[in-house]
Amino acid sequence: MERTEVCFIIPKVQETIKMKEVRLHGRGGQGGVTSAELVAIAAIAEGKYAQAFPSFGPERRGAPVAAFIRVSDDQIRTREKVYHPDIVVVLDPSLPALVNVAEGLREGGIVILNTEKSEEEIRKDFGLQCKLAMVDANTIAREELGLPITNTTMLGALLKATGIVSMEPLEHALEKRFGRIAPKNKAAMKRAFKETVVTG
Amino acid sequence: MTKRVGMEVSIAVAEAAKLARAEVIPAYPITPQTHIVEHLSEIIADGELDAEFVPVESEHAAMSCCVGAAAAGARVFTSSSSQGLSLMSEILYIPSTMRLPMVMAVVNRALSAPISIWNDHQDIMVQRDIGWIQTFAENGQEAVDLTLHAFRVAEMKSVHLPVAVNLDGFILSHVIEPIELPDQEDVDKYLPRFKPRYKLDPRKPISMGPVGIPEIYTEAKVAHDRAIKNSKKMIVKAWKEFAEIFGREYHPIESYRTEDADLLLVTMGSISETAMTAVDAMRDRGEKVGLVRIRLWRPFPGLEFRKAIGKAKILAVVDRCLPPGAVCGPVGAEIRSFLYKIPGAPKIFSFVAGLGGRDVTVERFEEMVDKARAYAKKRPRELYEVIGVREQ
Repeated sequence: MERTEVCFIIPKVQETIKMKEVRLHGRGGQGGVTSAELVAIAAIAEGKYAQAFPSFGPERRGAPVAAFIRVSDDQIRTREKVYHPDIVVVLDPSLPALVNVAEGLREGGIVILNTEKSEEEIRKDFGLQCKLAMVDANTIAREELGLPITNTTMLGALLKATGIVSMEPLEHALEKRFGRIAPKNKAAMKRAFKETVVTG
Repeated sequence: MTKRVGMEVSIAVAEAAKLARAEVIPAYPITPQTHIVEHLSEIIADGELDAEFVPVESEHAAMSCCVGAAAAGARVFTSSSSQGLSLMSEILYIPSTMRLPMVMAVVNRALSAPISIWNDHQDIMVQRDIGWIQTFAENGQEAVDLTLHAFRVAEMKSVHLPVAVNLDGFILSHVIEPIELPDQEDVDKYLPRFKPRYKLDPRKPISMGPVGIPEIYTEAKVAHDRAIKNSKKMIVKAWKEFAEIFGREYHPIESYRTEDADLLLVTMGSISETAMTAVDAMRDRGEKVGLVRIRLWRPFPGLEFRKAIGKAKILAVVDRCLPPGAVCGPVGAEIRSFLYKIPGAPKIFSFVAGLGGRDVTVERFEEMVDKARAYAKKRPRELYEVIGVREQ
Protein backbone atom coordinates (compact mmCIF):
# COMPACT_ATOMS: atom_id res chain seq x y z
CA MET A 1 0.00 0.00 0.00
CA GLU A 2 1.25 3.44 -0.86
CA ARG A 3 1.92 5.58 2.16
CA THR A 4 1.52 9.29 2.44
CA GLU A 5 4.44 11.26 3.82
CA VAL A 6 3.95 12.26 7.41
CA CYS A 7 3.44 15.98 7.67
CA PHE A 8 3.61 18.09 10.77
CA ILE A 9 0.93 20.69 11.23
CA ILE A 10 1.32 23.15 14.05
CA PRO A 11 -2.09 24.22 15.22
CA LYS A 12 -2.67 27.86 16.00
CA VAL A 13 -4.36 27.77 19.33
CA GLN A 14 -3.09 25.17 21.69
CA GLU A 15 0.64 25.84 21.41
CA THR A 16 0.68 27.84 24.59
CA ILE A 17 -1.40 25.40 26.62
CA LYS A 18 0.51 23.03 28.85
CA MET A 19 -1.59 20.12 27.76
CA LYS A 20 -0.59 16.77 26.32
CA GLU A 21 -2.86 15.00 23.89
CA VAL A 22 -2.63 11.27 23.26
CA ARG A 23 -4.17 9.07 20.58
CA LEU A 24 -4.27 5.30 21.08
CA HIS A 25 -4.66 3.01 18.09
CA GLY A 26 -5.89 -0.50 18.68
CA ARG A 27 -8.32 -3.03 17.38
CA GLY A 28 -11.83 -3.33 18.81
CA GLY A 29 -11.64 -5.57 21.88
CA GLN A 30 -7.94 -4.97 22.63
CA GLY A 31 -8.69 -2.61 25.49
CA GLY A 32 -7.50 0.70 24.05
CA VAL A 33 -10.44 2.55 25.60
CA THR A 34 -9.70 0.95 28.99
CA SER A 35 -6.05 2.06 28.73
CA ALA A 36 -7.12 5.61 27.98
CA GLU A 37 -9.51 5.58 30.94
CA LEU A 38 -6.85 4.25 33.32
CA VAL A 39 -4.37 6.97 32.37
CA ALA A 40 -6.99 9.69 32.89
CA ILE A 41 -8.09 8.24 36.23
CA ALA A 42 -4.45 8.02 37.38
CA ALA A 43 -3.65 11.56 36.23
CA ILE A 44 -6.70 12.95 38.05
CA ALA A 45 -5.76 10.96 41.16
CA GLU A 46 -2.39 12.73 41.21
CA GLY A 47 -4.05 16.13 41.06
CA LYS A 48 -3.92 16.80 37.33
CA TYR A 49 -6.80 17.43 34.97
CA ALA A 50 -7.59 14.85 32.32
CA GLN A 51 -10.12 13.63 29.80
CA ALA A 52 -10.37 10.18 28.22
CA PHE A 53 -12.81 9.29 25.49
CA PRO A 54 -13.35 6.73 22.75
CA SER A 55 -13.86 7.60 19.10
CA PHE A 56 -17.58 8.06 19.55
CA GLY A 57 -19.78 5.58 17.80
CA PRO A 58 -20.17 1.88 17.18
CA GLU A 59 -16.93 -0.11 17.38
CA ARG A 60 -16.46 -3.59 15.97
CA ARG A 61 -14.27 -6.29 17.44
CA GLY A 62 -11.06 -6.54 15.44
CA ALA A 63 -11.55 -3.35 13.42
CA PRO A 64 -9.04 -0.50 13.81
CA VAL A 65 -10.27 1.86 16.55
CA ALA A 66 -8.88 4.86 18.42
CA ALA A 67 -9.17 6.32 21.90
CA PHE A 68 -7.98 9.66 23.22
CA ILE A 69 -6.50 11.21 26.35
CA ARG A 70 -5.81 14.78 27.39
CA VAL A 71 -3.68 15.50 30.46
CA SER A 72 -3.00 18.98 31.77
CA ASP A 73 -1.86 20.80 34.89
CA ASP A 74 -4.68 23.28 34.38
CA GLN A 75 -8.39 22.83 33.85
CA ILE A 76 -9.05 21.53 30.34
CA ARG A 77 -11.43 23.77 28.46
CA THR A 78 -12.01 22.13 25.13
CA ARG A 79 -14.42 19.55 23.80
CA GLU A 80 -12.78 19.31 20.38
CA LYS A 81 -11.67 15.96 19.07
CA VAL A 82 -7.92 15.33 19.22
CA TYR A 83 -6.48 16.38 15.84
CA HIS A 84 -2.85 16.99 16.79
CA PRO A 85 -1.64 14.47 19.37
CA ASP A 86 1.70 14.91 21.11
CA ILE A 87 1.81 11.19 21.72
CA VAL A 88 0.52 8.22 19.72
CA VAL A 89 0.34 4.72 21.21
CA VAL A 90 -0.13 1.76 18.86
CA LEU A 91 -1.33 -1.41 20.59
CA ASP A 92 -1.25 -3.74 17.59
CA PRO A 93 1.84 -4.42 15.43
CA SER A 94 -0.26 -4.77 12.27
CA LEU A 95 -1.80 -1.30 12.45
CA PRO A 96 1.00 0.97 11.16
CA ALA A 97 0.69 -0.77 7.78
CA LEU A 98 -3.05 -0.01 7.65
CA VAL A 99 -3.47 3.32 9.40
CA ASN A 100 -1.34 6.47 9.21
CA VAL A 101 -0.49 6.35 12.90
CA ALA A 102 1.45 9.62 12.73
CA GLU A 103 -1.44 11.59 11.21
CA GLY A 104 -1.56 15.11 12.63
CA LEU A 105 1.30 14.39 15.04
CA ARG A 106 2.57 17.60 16.59
CA GLU A 107 6.15 18.63 15.88
CA GLY A 108 8.42 16.94 18.41
CA GLY A 109 5.75 14.33 19.03
CA ILE A 110 6.39 10.64 19.63
CA VAL A 111 4.91 7.40 18.30
CA ILE A 112 5.04 4.45 20.70
CA LEU A 113 4.84 1.10 18.96
CA ASN A 114 4.24 -2.49 19.91
CA THR A 115 6.70 -4.14 17.53
CA GLU A 116 9.38 -6.80 17.07
CA LYS A 117 11.04 -4.72 14.36
CA SER A 118 14.18 -2.64 14.65
CA GLU A 119 14.08 1.14 14.45
CA GLU A 120 15.62 0.98 10.95
CA GLU A 121 12.93 -1.43 9.72
CA ILE A 122 10.14 0.68 11.18
CA ARG A 123 11.41 3.87 9.57
CA LYS A 124 11.79 2.07 6.24
CA ASP A 125 8.52 0.10 6.30
CA PHE A 126 6.21 2.75 7.72
CA GLY A 127 7.91 5.99 6.68
CA LEU A 128 7.93 7.32 10.23
CA GLN A 129 10.37 10.21 10.73
CA CYS A 130 9.35 11.25 14.22
CA LYS A 131 10.69 10.26 17.61
CA LEU A 132 9.87 6.61 18.35
CA ALA A 133 9.53 4.30 21.32
CA MET A 134 9.40 0.55 20.77
CA VAL A 135 8.61 -2.50 22.80
CA ASP A 136 7.72 -6.10 21.95
CA ALA A 137 4.47 -5.96 23.91
CA ASN A 138 3.00 -9.10 22.34
CA THR A 139 5.81 -11.24 23.80
CA ILE A 140 5.58 -9.53 27.21
CA ALA A 141 1.79 -9.87 27.34
CA ARG A 142 1.92 -13.52 26.28
CA GLU A 143 4.51 -14.32 28.94
CA GLU A 144 3.10 -12.22 31.78
CA LEU A 145 -0.64 -12.49 31.13
CA GLY A 146 -0.84 -15.59 28.98
CA LEU A 147 -2.71 -13.57 26.33
CA PRO A 148 -1.53 -11.20 23.60
CA ILE A 149 -3.73 -8.38 24.99
CA THR A 150 -1.33 -5.46 25.10
CA ASN A 151 -3.33 -2.55 26.49
CA THR A 152 -1.87 -2.59 30.00
CA THR A 153 1.57 -3.65 28.74
CA MET A 154 1.70 -0.62 26.45
CA LEU A 155 0.94 1.64 29.41
CA GLY A 156 4.43 0.76 30.66
CA ALA A 157 5.86 1.95 27.36
CA LEU A 158 3.79 5.15 27.52
CA LEU A 159 5.13 5.90 30.99
CA LYS A 160 8.74 5.20 30.02
CA ALA A 161 8.58 7.33 26.87
CA THR A 162 6.58 10.30 28.18
CA GLY A 163 6.14 10.39 31.95
CA ILE A 164 2.62 11.68 31.30
CA VAL A 165 1.49 10.08 34.55
CA SER A 166 3.31 8.45 37.49
CA MET A 167 3.55 4.70 38.02
CA GLU A 168 1.95 4.64 41.46
CA PRO A 169 -1.49 6.12 40.70
CA LEU A 170 -1.59 4.04 37.53
CA GLU A 171 -0.97 0.90 39.59
CA HIS A 172 -3.85 1.91 41.88
CA ALA A 173 -6.10 2.45 38.87
CA LEU A 174 -5.16 -1.01 37.53
CA GLU A 175 -5.86 -2.63 40.90
CA LYS A 176 -9.28 -1.03 41.06
CA ARG A 177 -10.18 -1.99 37.50
CA PHE A 178 -8.76 -5.51 37.32
CA GLY A 179 -9.01 -6.82 40.90
CA ARG A 180 -7.81 -10.43 40.92
CA ILE A 181 -5.90 -10.18 37.63
CA ALA A 182 -4.33 -6.82 38.49
CA PRO A 183 -0.94 -8.27 39.60
CA LYS A 184 -0.30 -9.86 36.20
CA ASN A 185 -1.24 -6.65 34.41
CA LYS A 186 1.01 -4.64 36.69
CA ALA A 187 3.89 -7.06 36.05
CA ALA A 188 3.40 -6.71 32.27
CA MET A 189 3.28 -2.93 32.56
CA LYS A 190 6.45 -2.78 34.66
CA ARG A 191 8.34 -5.15 32.38
CA ALA A 192 7.37 -3.04 29.35
CA PHE A 193 8.56 0.03 31.24
CA LYS A 194 11.99 -1.63 31.55
CA GLU A 195 12.18 -3.00 28.02
CA THR A 196 10.91 0.00 26.06
CA VAL A 197 13.55 1.59 23.84
CA VAL A 198 13.19 5.30 23.11
CA THR A 199 14.99 6.72 20.06
CA GLY A 200 16.66 10.10 20.04
CA MET B 1 -13.76 17.71 51.87
CA THR B 2 -14.69 15.62 48.85
CA LYS B 3 -12.08 14.59 46.32
CA ARG B 4 -11.98 14.92 42.55
CA VAL B 5 -11.86 11.51 40.91
CA GLY B 6 -11.69 10.42 37.29
CA MET B 7 -15.08 9.06 36.37
CA GLU B 8 -17.29 8.61 33.32
CA VAL B 9 -19.85 11.40 33.28
CA SER B 10 -22.77 8.96 32.76
CA ILE B 11 -21.75 7.04 35.87
CA ALA B 12 -21.44 10.30 37.78
CA VAL B 13 -24.97 11.36 36.79
CA ALA B 14 -26.29 7.95 37.90
CA GLU B 15 -24.42 8.38 41.19
CA ALA B 16 -26.07 11.81 41.57
CA ALA B 17 -29.51 10.17 41.23
CA LYS B 18 -28.38 7.69 43.87
CA LEU B 19 -27.17 10.46 46.20
CA ALA B 20 -30.55 12.12 45.67
CA ARG B 21 -32.16 8.88 46.90
CA ALA B 22 -34.40 8.50 43.85
CA GLU B 23 -37.16 6.04 44.70
CA VAL B 24 -38.61 5.00 41.35
CA ILE B 25 -36.57 4.80 38.13
CA PRO B 26 -38.53 3.67 35.08
CA ALA B 27 -36.20 3.64 32.10
CA TYR B 28 -35.56 2.20 28.67
CA PRO B 29 -31.99 2.11 27.32
CA ILE B 30 -30.99 4.15 24.27
CA THR B 31 -27.59 5.35 23.05
CA PRO B 32 -25.97 7.51 24.40
CA GLN B 33 -28.01 7.50 27.63
CA THR B 34 -27.49 3.76 28.24
CA HIS B 35 -24.67 3.90 30.80
CA ILE B 36 -26.75 6.05 33.16
CA VAL B 37 -29.65 3.60 33.44
CA GLU B 38 -27.38 0.54 33.26
CA HIS B 39 -25.44 1.79 36.27
CA LEU B 40 -28.60 2.62 38.20
CA SER B 41 -30.06 -0.79 37.46
CA GLU B 42 -26.79 -2.34 38.69
CA ILE B 43 -26.58 -0.41 41.95
CA ILE B 44 -30.24 -1.11 42.70
CA ALA B 45 -29.67 -4.83 42.05
CA ASP B 46 -26.60 -4.72 44.31
CA GLY B 47 -28.68 -3.19 47.09
CA GLU B 48 -26.72 0.09 47.08
CA LEU B 49 -29.84 2.10 46.33
CA ASP B 50 -33.25 1.34 47.80
CA ALA B 51 -35.32 2.10 44.72
CA GLU B 52 -37.66 0.45 42.27
CA PHE B 53 -36.10 0.08 38.83
CA VAL B 54 -38.87 -0.49 36.30
CA PRO B 55 -37.53 -2.06 33.08
CA VAL B 56 -40.33 -0.85 30.84
CA GLU B 57 -41.03 -1.90 27.25
CA SER B 58 -40.63 1.55 25.67
CA GLU B 59 -39.95 5.18 26.46
CA HIS B 60 -43.67 5.89 26.16
CA ALA B 61 -44.18 3.42 29.01
CA ALA B 62 -41.18 4.84 30.90
CA MET B 63 -42.68 8.31 31.04
CA SER B 64 -46.16 6.93 31.80
CA CYS B 65 -44.66 5.03 34.70
CA CYS B 66 -42.87 8.18 35.88
CA VAL B 67 -46.21 10.02 35.91
CA GLY B 68 -47.85 7.29 37.98
CA ALA B 69 -44.99 7.05 40.45
CA ALA B 70 -44.75 10.83 40.89
CA ALA B 71 -48.53 11.02 41.37
CA ALA B 72 -48.17 8.47 44.16
CA GLY B 73 -45.62 10.76 45.81
CA ALA B 74 -42.32 9.04 44.90
CA ARG B 75 -39.06 10.77 44.01
CA VAL B 76 -38.71 9.85 40.34
CA PHE B 77 -35.74 9.82 37.98
CA THR B 78 -35.37 8.72 34.38
CA SER B 79 -33.17 9.37 31.40
CA SER B 80 -33.53 9.27 27.64
CA SER B 81 -32.16 10.48 24.31
CA SER B 82 -33.20 11.25 20.76
CA GLN B 83 -35.78 8.82 19.30
CA GLY B 84 -36.53 7.61 22.81
CA LEU B 85 -37.34 11.13 23.97
CA SER B 86 -39.54 11.55 20.89
CA LEU B 87 -41.40 8.37 21.76
CA MET B 88 -42.10 9.88 25.20
CA SER B 89 -43.45 13.02 23.63
CA GLU B 90 -47.14 12.24 24.08
CA ILE B 91 -46.66 11.84 27.82
CA LEU B 92 -44.08 14.59 28.43
CA TYR B 93 -46.71 17.35 28.48
CA ILE B 94 -48.72 15.57 31.16
CA PRO B 95 -46.55 15.71 34.33
CA SER B 96 -45.79 19.38 33.74
CA THR B 97 -49.36 20.66 33.59
CA MET B 98 -50.31 18.13 36.30
CA ARG B 99 -47.49 19.68 38.36
CA LEU B 100 -45.73 16.41 39.13
CA PRO B 101 -42.07 16.77 40.17
CA MET B 102 -39.57 14.41 38.52
CA VAL B 103 -36.08 14.62 37.05
CA MET B 104 -34.93 13.43 33.65
CA ALA B 105 -31.37 13.47 32.35
CA VAL B 106 -31.64 14.09 28.62
CA VAL B 107 -28.44 12.91 26.96
CA ASN B 108 -28.73 14.98 23.82
CA ARG B 109 -28.51 13.26 20.47
CA ALA B 110 -29.59 13.99 16.89
CA LEU B 111 -32.87 12.76 15.38
CA SER B 112 -33.31 10.49 12.37
CA ALA B 113 -33.18 10.62 9.35
CA PRO B 114 -30.42 9.91 8.52
CA ILE B 115 -29.83 7.72 11.57
CA SER B 116 -27.35 9.41 13.88
CA ILE B 117 -26.35 8.40 17.37
CA TRP B 118 -24.21 11.52 17.73
CA ASN B 119 -24.70 14.74 19.60
CA ASP B 120 -26.74 17.84 18.87
CA HIS B 121 -29.79 19.46 20.50
CA GLN B 122 -32.54 18.49 18.08
CA ASP B 123 -34.06 15.93 20.44
CA ILE B 124 -34.75 18.41 23.24
CA MET B 125 -35.65 21.28 20.92
CA VAL B 126 -38.50 19.19 19.52
CA GLN B 127 -39.67 19.01 23.14
CA ARG B 128 -39.02 22.70 23.81
CA ASP B 129 -42.62 23.44 24.78
CA ILE B 130 -43.34 20.50 27.11
CA GLY B 131 -43.48 22.90 30.04
CA TRP B 132 -40.61 21.33 31.96
CA ILE B 133 -37.86 23.37 33.56
CA GLN B 134 -34.83 22.80 31.29
CA THR B 135 -31.15 23.30 32.05
CA PHE B 136 -27.99 22.60 29.99
CA ALA B 137 -24.71 21.34 31.46
CA GLU B 138 -21.34 22.49 30.23
CA ASN B 139 -19.23 19.70 31.74
CA GLY B 140 -19.50 16.54 33.82
CA GLN B 141 -19.37 18.27 37.18
CA GLU B 142 -22.17 20.54 36.12
CA ALA B 143 -24.24 17.57 34.92
CA VAL B 144 -23.94 16.09 38.43
CA ASP B 145 -24.68 19.39 40.17
CA LEU B 146 -27.62 20.23 37.92
CA THR B 147 -29.11 16.78 38.59
CA LEU B 148 -29.06 17.41 42.35
CA HIS B 149 -30.37 20.94 41.81
CA ALA B 150 -33.14 19.57 39.59
CA PHE B 151 -34.52 17.42 42.42
CA ARG B 152 -34.40 20.37 44.82
CA VAL B 153 -36.22 22.71 42.44
CA ALA B 154 -38.77 20.18 41.19
CA GLU B 155 -39.96 19.44 44.72
CA MET B 156 -40.12 23.01 46.03
CA LYS B 157 -43.69 23.64 47.16
CA SER B 158 -44.23 26.66 44.92
CA VAL B 159 -42.64 24.95 41.91
CA HIS B 160 -43.85 21.33 41.72
CA LEU B 161 -42.70 20.83 38.13
CA PRO B 162 -40.62 18.26 36.25
CA VAL B 163 -37.04 19.22 35.35
CA ALA B 164 -34.96 18.08 32.35
CA VAL B 165 -31.19 18.27 32.75
CA ASN B 166 -29.52 18.28 29.33
CA LEU B 167 -26.03 16.93 28.80
CA ASP B 168 -24.39 16.42 25.44
CA GLY B 169 -24.29 12.82 24.23
CA PHE B 170 -20.81 11.26 23.98
CA ILE B 171 -19.05 14.67 24.22
CA LEU B 172 -20.01 14.68 27.90
CA SER B 173 -21.72 11.37 28.60
CA HIS B 174 -18.86 9.10 27.52
CA VAL B 175 -15.88 11.11 28.77
CA ILE B 176 -13.82 10.26 31.83
CA GLU B 177 -13.06 13.52 33.59
CA PRO B 178 -12.56 14.92 37.10
CA ILE B 179 -15.75 14.73 39.14
CA GLU B 180 -16.32 15.75 42.72
CA LEU B 181 -19.20 13.68 44.08
CA PRO B 182 -20.65 15.30 47.18
CA ASP B 183 -21.05 13.51 50.50
CA GLN B 184 -24.36 11.79 51.20
CA GLU B 185 -24.75 13.82 54.37
CA ASP B 186 -24.56 17.12 52.49
CA VAL B 187 -26.95 15.91 49.79
CA ASP B 188 -29.43 14.83 52.48
CA LYS B 189 -29.19 18.34 53.91
CA TYR B 190 -29.83 19.86 50.48
CA LEU B 191 -32.59 17.42 49.56
CA PRO B 192 -34.89 16.72 52.47
CA ARG B 193 -37.43 13.93 52.10
CA PHE B 194 -39.96 14.67 49.37
CA LYS B 195 -43.29 15.77 50.78
CA PRO B 196 -45.67 16.28 47.85
CA ARG B 197 -48.40 18.89 48.15
CA TYR B 198 -50.86 16.29 46.98
CA LYS B 199 -50.63 12.65 46.00
CA LEU B 200 -52.75 9.67 45.10
CA ASP B 201 -53.69 8.13 48.41
CA PRO B 202 -56.66 5.79 48.98
CA ARG B 203 -57.20 7.33 52.42
CA LYS B 204 -57.59 10.80 50.93
CA PRO B 205 -58.87 10.21 47.40
CA ILE B 206 -58.36 12.95 44.80
CA SER B 207 -58.63 13.01 41.00
CA MET B 208 -55.62 13.90 38.88
CA GLY B 209 -55.58 14.77 35.21
CA PRO B 210 -59.32 14.90 34.47
CA VAL B 211 -60.83 16.27 31.27
CA GLY B 212 -60.25 19.99 30.76
CA ILE B 213 -63.49 21.24 29.30
CA PRO B 214 -63.30 24.55 27.39
CA GLU B 215 -64.37 26.38 30.55
CA ILE B 216 -61.20 25.38 32.42
CA TYR B 217 -58.56 24.28 29.85
CA THR B 218 -57.25 27.81 29.27
CA GLU B 219 -57.01 28.43 33.01
CA ALA B 220 -55.11 25.18 33.55
CA LYS B 221 -52.61 26.14 30.84
CA VAL B 222 -52.25 29.68 32.17
CA ALA B 223 -51.67 28.31 35.67
CA HIS B 224 -48.88 26.12 34.28
CA ASP B 225 -47.35 29.03 32.37
CA ARG B 226 -47.41 31.21 35.49
CA ALA B 227 -45.95 28.43 37.59
CA ILE B 228 -42.94 27.92 35.32
CA LYS B 229 -42.38 31.68 34.95
CA ASN B 230 -42.53 32.09 38.72
CA SER B 231 -40.18 29.14 39.21
CA LYS B 232 -37.19 31.22 38.10
CA LYS B 233 -36.67 32.84 41.49
CA MET B 234 -36.88 29.43 43.17
CA ILE B 235 -34.40 27.99 40.65
CA VAL B 236 -31.99 30.78 41.58
CA LYS B 237 -32.70 30.23 45.27
CA ALA B 238 -31.93 26.53 44.93
CA TRP B 239 -28.59 27.40 43.26
CA LYS B 240 -27.79 29.76 46.17
CA GLU B 241 -28.52 26.98 48.65
CA PHE B 242 -26.37 24.67 46.53
CA ALA B 243 -23.45 27.11 46.67
CA GLU B 244 -23.75 27.38 50.45
CA ILE B 245 -23.54 23.63 50.91
CA PHE B 246 -21.31 22.48 48.06
CA GLY B 247 -19.33 25.63 47.25
CA ARG B 248 -20.03 25.74 43.53
CA GLU B 249 -22.00 28.69 42.18
CA TYR B 250 -24.45 28.56 39.32
CA HIS B 251 -26.58 31.21 37.62
CA PRO B 252 -29.24 31.14 34.90
CA ILE B 253 -26.81 32.88 32.51
CA GLU B 254 -23.02 32.84 32.66
CA SER B 255 -20.72 35.46 31.17
CA TYR B 256 -17.12 34.99 30.09
CA ARG B 257 -14.88 37.96 29.30
CA THR B 258 -17.87 40.08 28.34
CA GLU B 259 -16.42 43.27 29.83
CA ASP B 260 -16.01 45.89 27.05
CA ALA B 261 -16.86 43.23 24.43
CA ASP B 262 -18.56 44.53 21.31
CA LEU B 263 -19.35 41.03 20.03
CA LEU B 264 -20.68 38.12 22.08
CA LEU B 265 -21.01 34.48 21.22
CA VAL B 266 -24.14 32.90 22.72
CA THR B 267 -24.03 29.15 23.41
CA MET B 268 -25.67 26.32 25.35
CA GLY B 269 -24.09 23.09 26.60
CA SER B 270 -20.62 21.63 26.24
CA ILE B 271 -19.49 23.65 23.20
CA SER B 272 -19.24 26.56 25.62
CA GLU B 273 -15.91 25.23 26.91
CA THR B 274 -14.37 25.26 23.44
CA ALA B 275 -16.00 28.67 22.91
CA MET B 276 -14.14 30.03 25.96
CA THR B 277 -10.86 28.81 24.51
CA ALA B 278 -11.80 30.53 21.23
CA VAL B 279 -12.60 33.76 23.12
CA ASP B 280 -9.19 33.58 24.83
CA ALA B 281 -7.45 33.18 21.46
CA MET B 282 -9.34 36.09 19.92
CA ARG B 283 -8.79 38.30 22.99
CA ASP B 284 -5.05 37.57 22.68
CA ARG B 285 -5.26 39.07 19.21
CA GLY B 286 -6.98 42.16 20.59
CA GLU B 287 -10.52 41.33 19.49
CA LYS B 288 -13.21 42.49 21.90
CA VAL B 289 -15.10 39.20 22.02
CA GLY B 290 -16.90 37.53 24.90
CA LEU B 291 -19.22 34.62 25.61
CA VAL B 292 -22.69 34.41 27.10
CA ARG B 293 -23.87 30.96 28.01
CA ILE B 294 -27.47 29.99 28.63
CA ARG B 295 -27.68 27.44 31.46
CA LEU B 296 -31.40 27.89 32.17
CA TRP B 297 -33.36 27.53 28.92
CA ARG B 298 -36.88 27.12 30.37
CA PRO B 299 -38.08 29.37 31.87
CA PHE B 300 -36.07 31.69 29.62
CA PRO B 301 -34.21 34.07 31.94
CA GLY B 302 -34.77 37.24 29.90
CA LEU B 303 -33.72 39.82 32.49
CA GLU B 304 -30.50 37.99 33.29
CA PHE B 305 -29.77 37.59 29.58
CA ARG B 306 -30.29 41.26 28.90
CA LYS B 307 -28.00 42.16 31.79
CA ALA B 308 -25.35 39.73 30.56
CA ILE B 309 -25.17 41.14 27.03
CA GLY B 310 -24.56 44.64 28.42
CA LYS B 311 -23.72 47.11 25.66
CA ALA B 312 -22.53 44.55 23.10
CA LYS B 313 -23.31 45.58 19.52
CA ILE B 314 -23.36 42.15 17.89
CA LEU B 315 -24.56 38.73 19.05
CA ALA B 316 -23.52 35.52 17.28
CA VAL B 317 -26.04 32.96 18.54
CA VAL B 318 -25.16 29.29 18.08
CA ASP B 319 -27.92 26.71 17.68
CA ARG B 320 -27.30 22.94 17.68
CA CYS B 321 -30.57 22.38 15.88
CA LEU B 322 -31.85 23.12 12.37
CA PRO B 323 -35.65 23.37 12.14
CA PRO B 324 -36.28 23.14 8.40
CA GLY B 325 -38.21 26.05 6.99
CA ALA B 326 -38.10 28.09 10.19
CA VAL B 327 -36.89 31.68 10.53
CA CYS B 328 -33.76 30.40 12.31
CA GLY B 329 -32.71 27.98 15.08
CA PRO B 330 -34.77 28.01 18.29
CA VAL B 331 -32.18 29.80 20.46
CA GLY B 332 -31.66 32.45 17.77
CA ALA B 333 -35.41 32.89 17.39
CA GLU B 334 -35.90 33.18 21.15
CA ILE B 335 -33.28 35.89 21.48
CA ARG B 336 -34.42 37.80 18.39
CA SER B 337 -37.94 37.76 19.72
CA PHE B 338 -36.87 38.75 23.23
CA LEU B 339 -34.76 41.70 22.08
CA TYR B 340 -37.11 42.91 19.34
CA LYS B 341 -37.57 46.67 19.48
CA ILE B 342 -35.66 47.02 22.72
CA PRO B 343 -33.82 50.34 22.30
CA GLY B 344 -30.09 49.83 21.69
CA ALA B 345 -30.52 46.09 21.12
CA PRO B 346 -27.57 44.43 19.39
CA LYS B 347 -27.61 43.03 15.87
CA ILE B 348 -28.30 39.32 16.08
CA PHE B 349 -26.85 36.69 13.75
CA SER B 350 -27.97 33.12 14.02
CA PHE B 351 -25.64 30.21 13.30
CA VAL B 352 -26.29 26.49 13.27
CA ALA B 353 -23.31 24.28 14.11
CA GLY B 354 -22.42 20.86 15.42
CA LEU B 355 -25.29 18.82 13.95
CA GLY B 356 -25.17 15.04 14.38
CA GLY B 357 -21.74 14.96 16.00
CA ARG B 358 -19.93 17.43 13.69
CA ASP B 359 -17.11 18.89 15.78
CA VAL B 360 -17.41 22.56 16.74
CA THR B 361 -13.78 23.67 16.93
CA VAL B 362 -12.08 26.90 17.98
CA GLU B 363 -11.72 27.71 14.28
CA ARG B 364 -15.48 27.38 13.79
CA PHE B 365 -16.14 29.91 16.55
CA GLU B 366 -13.61 32.26 14.97
CA GLU B 367 -15.40 31.83 11.65
CA MET B 368 -18.75 32.72 13.27
CA VAL B 369 -17.25 35.82 14.87
CA ASP B 370 -15.71 36.96 11.56
CA LYS B 371 -18.96 36.36 9.70
CA ALA B 372 -21.06 38.15 12.32
CA ARG B 373 -18.77 41.18 12.02
CA ALA B 374 -19.05 41.14 8.24
CA TYR B 375 -22.84 40.75 8.35
CA ALA B 376 -23.11 43.68 10.77
CA LYS B 377 -21.69 45.83 7.96
CA LYS B 378 -23.56 44.18 5.10
CA ARG B 379 -26.83 42.48 5.91
CA PRO B 380 -26.84 38.82 4.84
CA ARG B 381 -29.53 37.39 2.56
CA GLU B 382 -30.54 34.67 5.01
CA LEU B 383 -31.52 35.02 8.65
CA TYR B 384 -29.23 32.14 9.68
CA GLU B 385 -26.24 30.26 8.40
CA VAL B 386 -25.19 26.66 8.86
CA ILE B 387 -21.49 26.53 9.67
CA GLY B 388 -19.09 24.07 8.08
CA VAL B 389 -21.31 22.66 5.34
CA ARG B 390 -19.36 20.74 2.71
CA GLU B 391 -20.81 21.99 -0.60
CA GLN B 392 -20.44 19.80 -3.70
